[in-house]
Amino acid sequence: MSRPPAVPSPAPSRPRRVLIVVPAFNEQSVVGNVVRELAGSVDHDVLVVDDGSADLTSQVAVAAGARVLTLPFNIGVGGAMRAGFRYAVRKGYDGVVQVDADGQHDPSFVPALIDALAGADVVIGARFAGVGGYQVGYLRRCAMRMLSYGISTLAGNRLTDVTSGFRASGPRALGLFVESYPPEYLGDTVESLVLAHRAGLSVAQLPVAMRARQAGAPSQNLPRSVIYLARAAMILLLATIRVGPSSPRAPA
Amino acid sequence: MSAQVWLVVAAILLLVLVIELMRRQRLREKYAALWLLVSAAVLFFAIFPRVFTKISNLLGFGLPVNLAFAIAVFVLLAVAMQLSFETGRLEDRVQRLAEEVALLRADLPAEPPPDGPVDPDRPGTIQ
Repeated sequence: MSRPPAVPSPAPSRPRRVLIVVPAFNEQSVVGNVVRELAGSVDHDVLVVDDGSADLTSQVAVAAGARVLTLPFNIGVGGAMRAGFRYAVRKGYDGVVQVDADGQHDPSFVPALIDALAGADVVIGARFAGVGGYQVGYLRRCAMRMLSYGISTLAGNRLTDVTSGFRASGPRALGLFVESYPPEYLGDTVESLVLAHRAGLSVAQLPVAMRARQAGAPSQNLPRSVIYLARAAMILLLATIRVGPSSPRAPA
Repeated sequence: MSAQVWLVVAAILLLVLVIELMRRQRLREKYAALWLLVSAAVLFFAIFPRVFTKISNLLGFGLPVNLAFAIAVFVLLAVAMQLSFETGRLEDRVQRLAEEVALLRADLPAEPPPDGPVDPDRPGTIQ
């Protein structure tokens, strides 16, 4: 199905060819801007993974000059990223930077994220680390703190924002994620870090400023926050007792 | 007595249903085996209820119905878990196939620009 992961090198290394992967679900109003801005500020190929959008996300992304993967139906950010990782490996890239399609992530931080891959396999663009302002509701903040605390303890490294979707994966992380990126909710952000840690990879963070999203309402009301908190706790609990890849492996 | 008749009839109907589904290839063997076993057991105990009473006494149940309910609950629980497991596996496979489809589609030659109304279910496909 896919080629076997690259021979693991003993240490993290700065990737030579980087692909920027933008998972997008119904983001036709902003994805074009995001792609153009990325193309204008960094010299890497941009791949938009259209996660089964019902709008013109794919067409807008193509028109903006991005490569596009179009999933036949919505499978979630984790699945979209896994498709992106596979595309990257098959086309000979050895690093991936994930950037959200809603315009929250500032492309000017991308080079710094990539540079930081020289010292860690996964680098997270962290929102609460002092740069810029980013506001979330109380409960959600609690959940994020709890997750951060849990993952930091596990990784033996202080991480303040483990749910950030702004992150870079180096060659060794790519080899791992291409086969077993967790497709479940929160799996793509939080669980993938646990997975990386288990595989002996290092995770670091880089403070970044977030911008207000250019479109789409932030999903924050009380019931949702409670559910988010519960799911976060569940994931953390599961992550500590899970064995092997997070999902049963389909035969190649 | 009439309760026993109803039970026998129900068990036979269940057996017939399972066999019919298998005959039409609507039920995979691995599931059919379980249901065949269940309906055969129901039929057997409907015809010989004393055997069931003996077993429940042997196992220390005060009332045979308690054993019946306990067995029913656990069998259904096991089936539900098995189905959850299978569903998860299928979801994972469908997801991976969706990813493969997207990757293969990306390797197709350039697609013509969409003109006219775009079918929302098939974005970017060749018409």
